[in-house]
Amino acid sequence: MNIVVVIRQVPDLIEPLEVDSSGRSLDLGSASFIVNESDDHALEQAILLKEGHGAKVTVVALDFGDVDNTLYAAAAKGADQIVKLPLDGDPPPPAAAAAMLAEAIKPLGGDLVLVGVQAHDELDGVLAPLLASELGLPYVGVIRGVKPGADAGTVVVCKEFPGAVMARLSVRLPAVLGILGAEQAPRYVPVSRIRAAMKSTQFEERSVAAPAVAPLVSIRRLYPPAPSARAEMLAGSESEVAARIAAILREKGLVK
Amino acid sequence: MSVQDVLVVAEVQRDALADVALELISAARSITAATGGEVIALVLSADGAAYAGQLAAADRVVLINDPLLAAYAPGPYLAAIEEMVAAEKPRAVLIGATSIGWDLAPMLAARLKAPMVVGATAIEVSDGELIVTSSFCGAKMTAEVGVGGAPAVLMVLPGSFRPPVESGKGLVETRTPSRPLEAGAIRFEQFILPQAGDVDITQQDILVAVGRGIQQKENVELAEQLAGVLGGAVCASRPVIDQGWLPATRQVGKSGMTVKPKLYLALGISGAPEHVEGMKNADLIIAVNTDPKAPIFDVADYGVVADILELAPALTEAIQR
Repeated sequence: MNIVVVIRQVPDLIEPLEVDSSGRSLDLGSASFIVNESDDHALEQAILLKEGHGAKVTVVALDFGDVDNTLYAAAAKGADQIVKLPLDGDPPPPAAAAAMLAEAIKPLGGDLVLVGVQAHDELDGVLAPLLASELGLPYVGVIRGVKPGADAGTVVVCKEFPGAVMARLSVRLPAVLGILGAEQAPRYVPVSRIRAAMKSTQFEERSVAAPAVAPLVSIRRLYPPAPSARAEMLAGSESEVAARIAAILREKGLVK
Repeated sequence: MSVQDVLVVAEVQRDALADVALELISAARSITAATGGEVIALVLSADGAAYAGQLAAADRVVLINDPLLAAYAPGPYLAAIEEMVAAEKPRAVLIGATSIGWDLAPMLAARLKAPMVVGATAIEVSDGELIVTSSFCGAKMTAEVGVGGAPAVLMVLPGSFRPPVESGKGLVETRTPSRPLEAGAIRFEQFILPQAGDVDITQQDILVAVGRGIQQKENVELAEQLAGVLGGAVCASRPVIDQGWLPATRQVGKSGMTVKPKLYLALGISGAPEHVEGMKNADLIIAVNTDPKAPIFDVADYGVVADILELAPALTEAIQR
């Protein structure tokens, strides 16, 4: 099986997010970046398929943020090929990103394209289904777990529904899957193996043109939500706050 | 049929109408109240007659009945919605941010080359333009988005709109696809239900919920000890489940369980909309997080900015006193 995985960088929500001077965009210059969590799961799912059933895994990423470190980590985990797409400026919106990624992915001839089901900074589109559309492939997302199907050229996937219910679907390849979670948590890679990968891994850089996609929506304003007006904040040392919470729970009859 | 109509995809989840279906009708009313036009609820199923009565708040309920719509598969669902959009030419199509909504809304927008907004929480009309308020970046950022083109495909966050109290015209019609639906490359096989035997968190009065802030598996024990003295159970947000630290039956949120305990103690949970959807109706919510701007404090009754690894043992001790 020939698996292509798309990996993105997103602002780390541990750090405060800022709005730029236009008031309509995130100030990416002040943000730090991490790998998009569900993309990391997509990579883990691809590596699991490779280990269990044999596959070639190619990782494709737009060159933004801290992507080099993420790609070296992907190589250390077992990715066979890394394709990096140079980017001029900030990452494009999902529709344009999908067009650029599709141009790079088409020649790779993947049977299965795995993409994280969402990124927290998507506002006017969702990359995974847009990429499927650009590639002319079927798509299903919110997937937790992929296995080869009984019939050649198929996989069986679990789509997550409320109430810890899964739907088992069969997917005829080629297809794009939006991964929510891999069958196991993304593996930890020791720094020593990442350093080794930095010495042994060559990225393939492929230039793809950013499409002239006219935006279909206009962002009028970005702003952080107003501070909570609801929660009563309890302050003090751990023991003081703990005593206060215990008292509240006793007042409400929730503990004796 | 009017260019000001708003189409609502009224989702059926395992033989029951999803709660978000009625919320979408309210969202659609926030458009048609300003522009005129009708609210049309679309039900895709093998036989939608049983759901029509629940959707009387819509002006029209259109049932598309087909064996291939009995359970979700992207191909036939998308084809049926696309045909409906072509026939009705609505101003907007509203789809819930659910498991199937995350497939259908962006795929529909891509097919129609239509504008789309993810995570809509409020909709207004200004000078004929839709102004959509959207929550993104894990609810740490809000966007006000203008959508001029039609149809606008809006993926609406469940819980953002109250179900309607007023009835619409409630006219019901059944349609057959003009061309036979095709199963396509992705086919439903079966539902896999959670294994019985674990604690049913939907039945617990007291829940101690852990999120990413618990940091490692060994620390879940701190929450277990606290839940033990409180007489409750431990549950979690998705990142903890993804790590395999607790079983999927303990997950609260969009793709997990919806709970309504007397006490929900949220430890190290940021409060992403997907999680809040499953716990916001708890009687009492106490949230602990190191980030004073964490969105969980927006739904909590009491908040504490603290490290849960230090506060949880202190609270266990305080309860035992």
